Amino acid sequence: MYIIAHSYSLLNKNPKISCKYLYIINKVVRVAEEDMYKGYRGAAKKKLKELGVKVWSDVIIKSTRGIFKGVILPRAETEDDQHIVLKLHNGYNVGIKINSIKSAREVGYKKGHYKIPESEFPRSSEKPNVTLFGTGGTIASRLDYRTGAVIPAFSPGELYGAVPELAGICNLKTEKLYGIFSENMGPEQYITTAKAIGKEIESGVDGIIIGHGTDTMHHTGAILSFMVQKPPVPIVLVGSQRSSDRPSSDAALNLINSTRAAAYCDIAEVIVCMFGPTSDQYNLLHRGTRVRKMHSSYRSTFRTIGDIPLGIVTSTEFKYLRKDYNKRRKDRDVTIDTAFEEKVAIVYYYPNMMPDMIESLIDHKYKGIVIAGTGLGHVNKPLYKPLKRAIDEGIAVYMTVQTLWGYVQMYVYDTGRDLLKIGVVPAENMLPEVAYMKLSWALGHTSNLEEVKKIMLTPIAGEITEREPHNGYIILQGGIPEVDEFVGKYMR
Amino acid sequence: MSKELTDNEEYYRKLGLKCGLEIHQQLKTEKKLFCRCKALLHNDDPSAVILRHMRPTLSELGEYDGTALMEFKTKKNVIYQLYDDTVCTYEMDDTPPFRLNQQALDIALEVALLHNCSIVDEIHISRKQYLDGSIPTGFQRTGIIGIDGWIPYKNRKIRIIQLGLEEDACREVSDVGHKIIFKTDRLSIPLVEVVTYPDIRTPAEAGEVANFIGRLLRSTGKVRRGLGSVRQDVNVSIGGGTRVELKGIPKLQYIAKAVANEARRQKALLDIRDELRLRGITKGTFQSEYQNVTSIFKNSGCKRFKEVIKNKGKIYGIVLRVFAGIFDKPTQPGKTFGDEVAGRVRVIACQDVMPNIVYSNHFEEFSLSSEEINQLEKLFNVKSTDVIVLAWGDEADVKTAVSEIKIRAVDATSGVPSETRQVFPDGTNDFERILPGPNRMYPDTDSPPTPILEEHLEHIRKALPERIWDCEKRLEKLGLTEPLVKSLSISRNLKVFDKIVEKLDVNPILVAVTLEEKLKWLRRKGKNVDLISDESLYQLFEMLNENKFSKEAIPTILEFLVDNPNKTVKKAIAELDIKSMSIEELQRVVDEALTRYSNPKKISSPFKITMGEVMKIARNRMDGKLVAEVVETKLRTFIDG
Ligand SMILES: [Zn+2]
Repeated sequence: MYIIAHSYSLLNKNPKISCKYLYIINKVVRVAEEDMYKGYRGAAKKKLKELGVKVWSDVIIKSTRGIFKGVILPRAETEDDQHIVLKLHNGYNVGIKINSIKSAREVGYKKGHYKIPESEFPRSSEKPNVTLFGTGGTIASRLDYRTGAVIPAFSPGELYGAVPELAGICNLKTEKLYGIFSENMGPEQYITTAKAIGKEIESGVDGIIIGHGTDTMHHTGAILSFMVQKPPVPIVLVGSQRSSDRPSSDAALNLINSTRAAAYCDIAEVIVCMFGPTSDQYNLLHRGTRVRKMHSSYRSTFRTIGDIPLGIVTSTEFKYLRKDYNKRRKDRDVTIDTAFEEKVAIVYYYPNMMPDMIESLIDHKYKGIVIAGTGLGHVNKPLYKPLKRAIDEGIAVYMTVQTLWGYVQMYVYDTGRDLLKIGVVPAENMLPEVAYMKLSWALGHTSNLEEVKKIMLTPIAGEITEREPHNGYIILQGGIPEVDEFVGKYMR
Repeated sequence: MSKELTDNEEYYRKLGLKCGLEIHQQLKTEKKLFCRCKALLHNDDPSAVILRHMRPTLSELGEYDGTALMEFKTKKNVIYQLYDDTVCTYEMDDTPPFRLNQQALDIALEVALLHNCSIVDEIHISRKQYLDGSIPTGFQRTGIIGIDGWIPYKNRKIRIIQLGLEEDACREVSDVGHKIIFKTDRLSIPLVEVVTYPDIRTPAEAGEVANFIGRLLRSTGKVRRGLGSVRQDVNVSIGGGTRVELKGIPKLQYIAKAVANEARRQKALLDIRDELRLRGITKGTFQSEYQNVTSIFKNSGCKRFKEVIKNKGKIYGIVLRVFAGIFDKPTQPGKTFGDEVAGRVRVIACQDVMPNIVYSNHFEEFSLSSEEINQLEKLFNVKSTDVIVLAWGDEADVKTAVSEIKIRAVDATSGVPSETRQVFPDGTNDFERILPGPNRMYPDTDSPPTPILEEHLEHIRKALPERIWDCEKRLEKLGLTEPLVKSLSISRNLKVFDKIVEKLDVNPILVAVTLEEKLKWLRRKGKNVDLISDESLYQLFEMLNENKFSKEAIPTILEFLVDNPNKTVKKAIAELDIKSMSIEELQRVVDEALTRYSNPKKISSPFKITMGEVMKIARNRMDGKLVAEVVETKLRTFIDG
């Protein structure tokens, strides 16, 4: 999900209440204080106290630059402690420098309240049942215009209020697994999610959606593909590149299309469902082990690498682009296998990389190393020695390519052959992040390098493919007249 | 419209006219406000297009903002045209904003100081929601630079509410049915927004104040010129009326007329409200019913309805009880209340082929048969006091149309709806959208606040141009005519004018005429007068002062300088072979000319002929007036002697 770096988003969380009386008193005082000067620190907080005003005070401030009337807003904690944020009565915000303030008078107090309207999600036995897992961020949200706060909508009733189209698709159930930014995801969350998926499948759900921040969505897609094997229903990862508080957000369409995919599509695999083009047209369904976020901000950031996507979701239909997917089943059979070894690293090779990079991993007792090598899978000579040492000490070392497209083919050049001789294992056309996830998962099962190798090189969920189709690598180069002409015929 | 109608203070005071301005002026920056694209416009074909939709975000009480809801009802496919060099992924809303353009910020600070605003210490960028598609994000990024300023006008002050710096929106290419197309090149060009308090009292004043602010902005020399670079919105209300925003008035001259028409429209709507009250209709007692009436017209002779039915469209009728005659009440020149309703249907139900509604008393003109009319009246059980309105088109749109007709009729019971209205060149206006509520501003979480340091502000304050009102007074005192004052006070030549007048003993009027009129004359001839340096202009008057040539030579020399931008005035005089002339030489030339006459008394116009002879030699070398004096004196002596 698009992350809203906003101090206010924490406001709607209830402070946890402890059972110890004194502790409660302490906490309440502390919370009250925090609330009164929300986001202010240092000099700015001191100034507010001095002036006898607080957050949500409606004030008249006289400064060396003029008279400003408005409501004091919380300040983003990452900003400096030299300014006070005022919401003027015309809706605009301005900052007032604390040492320019001559006087401040409180003329009112208007506390922001944060509650999202809820209406009951219409249910019927005709519709499929879909479960939406929340992992953090906002899937849909409502804006508090007065304060600017973005209030996440998550319960079915709240989501129904924000995206009423969902009611026509399925009976929706939601469950918040945890609330963290996607870059903070790790084994703990992967395991929780995999287990929760197993439980939902067992209880008869027709499809699962996982709301996820886009930054590491493909990492989660990969690990879940290994932890949840042969599911009978679609497991759809979805997020948004433009936050849902914007009129132009991709969130609603992504949510609608992924809900349709979870409820009706025939692909019973871990898939990512995100915008195909940047235009509001259709979503692509990508296999969880072949997908990658390829642009820091474009809506159409997710691309299938080295292959074609599984399918297209439009507002009216599914188009399946391949035949080799696992079909939806009525049974409830699924293998949940949550093994995970944390001491695995990706080493992104660059020219002049020094041996100590590898040595420090050995010294820190890493059990697996995935190298993203150059070209067909190469590193420089100085790394041979530490790599040999790593393998001798029982560390699994796998080679992938930083070109992302193409196979590791180490027998072509001397360097590759040398590395093969040392014992570096080529990981075929596994993407570096996917190889990392698979190695962590494999090492979670065994530390026997031969067994690890067997697991690594046996495809489980399309992470290694036998062949790369000719249309698996199409990156059109803008500026070439015929390309521009061709692309110009379609919406981007 | 006569001046009396727009400038009658007493009349508009009684009417309770209140009027405020929002002036949007593009800034002359190299790049855009939030990205590094060139701030340039295109007229060629786009290089790519994208499709987007706008979705309202819920407001505080879980309800949609009125404008947002209206725009969502229209369900538009929004197409954006992209260009290679002036549009990047920011304009496509595929990249967050970059840091605020410092050049734009500095110009905005200058403008804010010129408007006597209190400058904020830290700029916070806000998002102002627009769901009409004119901005791909669905909101405009905007920030306040200053508040509470003023400008002098007549013997009072027009107060300034705020001065904002914001990104411009897209240019609309077309809006037909459910498809609206925008060019994105203009998007994110920086502009300042000057918002005044409703301190304006007559329509004529509105035009004058807009003109004044426009001139103040141009006096910085840092704003864009030309078509579309400045846009004026006017907020108008009368006593008992509601604030209505007149949008997109393309020319200053239209403002007074537009305001007068809007005042008249609001008065007419209040009269309609009073009439409805007399008839006992209020929001609570209002009654209407609607039905699908397509079947009545399945064999209709009406061409329009034949077409609708052929295209599988539907015709709906709605009866408004006790509304007879209201639709025909005039509201603006050539427009009636029926047009108010049609305007809403046009925009909200996307029914843009006019006429899009027809109502009782006009059915015959619309070629409906008396049989069809009878059936309609029977179906709705119509009394003579009721009115039936018909709408047609795609069924979903017709339903929207009927509901909008009802909404607008209900609004009539309370007077003037709060709307944004589009102004046409004839001064009348039509519905554009419901006026957005205050609940559409929220902080831009993508942009960090930008502090305005005191030292920086001081630096800008020191370099401020002279206030235009002071400058005008100063120029008037020099004896310049009003057109010259107006022109020179916002001219880029003002600086060199001041230098010339201060340092040289020359006639300020001559300098002003040269710098403003003569250069404009050359520009009209297609010459790029910007090539003449300030230095050359100064030198020109310096040498004129030294009698190196006469003032008549100025146009010739200027033209030479444009054509030879690297040459000096000295060189121009040499190459044009202009030699200075002493008074003695002039006298000698006149004497020589006169010796040609054997009997001057027989010549019909001796002065004209002598002048012609002398000017052949003295042109560009001696002041014509002086030549005339000498010729006249000499001629008199010659004839008398
Ligand atoms: Zn750009």
